[in-house]
Amino acid sequence: MATTTYDANGEEQQRIYEQTHVHAVYEQIASHFSSTRYKPWPIVEKFLQSQKDGSIGADIGCGNGKYLAVNPRVFIVGSDRSTNLAQIAKQHNNPHTAIVADTLALPHPASVFDFAISIAVVHHLSTPARRVEAVGAILGLLRPSSERDGDSGGRALIYVWALEQKDSRRGWDEGHEQDVMVPWVLKEKREKAKKGRRKEEGVGEEEEAKPKEDKTFLRYYHLYRKGELEGDIAEAGGEVVESGYEKDNWWAIAVRKR
Amino acid sequence: MKLLTLNFLTCAIKTCKTSEASFPLHPRDAELEIVETDLNLPFLKNILPRLMWEEIRTIASELGLPDLPTTAPTREDLVENNAEVQASLQNQTAESAEPAVEEIPSQTAKDLHRILLETCIKDGKLVCGNCAHEYKVMEGVANFLLPGHLV
Repeated sequence: MATTTYDANGEEQQRIYEQTHVHAVYEQIASHFSSTRYKPWPIVEKFLQSQKDGSIGADIGCGNGKYLAVNPRVFIVGSDRSTNLAQIAKQHNNPHTAIVADTLALPHPASVFDFAISIAVVHHLSTPARRVEAVGAILGLLRPSSERDGDSGGRALIYVWALEQKDSRRGWDEGHEQDVMVPWVLKEKREKAKKGRRKEEGVGEEEEAKPKEDKTFLRYYHLYRKGELEGDIAEAGGEVVESGYEKDNWWAIAVRKR
Repeated sequence: MKLLTLNFLTCAIKTCKTSEASFPLHPRDAELEIVETDLNLPFLKNILPRLMWEEIRTIASELGLPDLPTTAPTREDLVENNAEVQASLQNQTAESAEPAVEEIPSQTAKDLHRILLETCIKDGKLVCGNCAHEYKVMEGVANFLLPGHLV
C-alpha cells in the first residue's frame, strides 16, 4: 500500500491535487479502464430497473457509461470529469446523453431528477468537506419529497470503495490508512489509436521510447470505513433509506431530508 | 448531444442557478446532425410532463428549426387516431393498462421524436443567458468544466 503525499492546505490545492492524481490519470487510462468495466453491479442494475418508465436520472461520474446501457425506458444524463471517458459513454446514447462535468459544479437545475447514481466516484475527492459537498451536490439534483402529493421524492444510490476488504487482492482492512494511492498498470500493448484522442498520442510516444515497459499510474482514493458514507449523507442533508456492503464497497440509497 | 438534454441543463456556475436567465442554455454556432433512433412511444409519453415546452420552443427557434406548436402536445396527441385502435381501446377492461393493439405514433409523436431525440448538436457552444459563459460542444459531447478562476 502506498502512502499519500497530500497536504490538506486549502481548496485550490485540493482541486489541483485531484486534477493530477485522479482526473489526469483517468484521462490517460480511459480506453484501457473502459475495456475492464462492462459488467453492471447487481444492486445498481436493480436500482436502475426499479425506476418508473420515463423517469429522469443523472449518473454522476458515469465513466464509460456502462450503467447507461441498463434501462432504455428512462432518460439519464451521464457526466464524467474525463473527456475521453465521456466520449466512450456517448455510445450508449439511446436514449441517454453523456457530458463532461465536475461533480462539484454540475450543470443541472436543482430538484428535477427522479433518481441519481454515483458509482465509485465520491471516494476520489480528497478532503472530508469535498466529499460531503459532492454528496450534497448529488442529493441537490433530486426532487424533494412532497407530503401533499404522497411523493417520496427522488432517490440517489451512492457507492464508495470500502476500507474493510481483507479478502480482496488489495487486502486493506479496519485500522489501515484510509487515504491511499492505488496503481493502475497500463499494459504495454499497442491499443488501436482512436481518432482525435490526445491521450493516445502521449502514451504512444512513451511506448515508442521504451517499447517493453508497462506504465503505472497512481490514483488517489479515500477508502470508506463502515458507517462513514451514512455520516457523509447525513451531513450533506440527506436521509439514508437503505445501505449495505457489496464486494469491497459500501453503498447507500438516500433521499433529501424533509 | 440530443436536444432533450437541454431540458435538464443549466449553467455550471453556482451563482447563476438562482437566476431564471440561466435556463435554458442557448445554442450558438451550432452544427446539427440527425442521429436516427427507433421511436419509443411509451418513452415519449412518459417524458412529456417533464418538458419545459416554452424553453424547448425557444431553443428550436434559436437553432432555426421549424416552429413548434405554442402548447405542448398531450399524450393523446402522440397516438394515431386510428378507428381500429380506438375500437380496441374501448373494449379493454379497466384493469388492463396496456392496449391490446399496439398504438401507432402520430405525426406529432414523430416530430417530437425527431426534434428531441434525433436532432443533435454535434459541434458548437451553449451559452448561459445570465453570465454569458460559453460551454463548448465537441464531437457531440458538451463540456461543462470551468476554468480555475470560476470554480
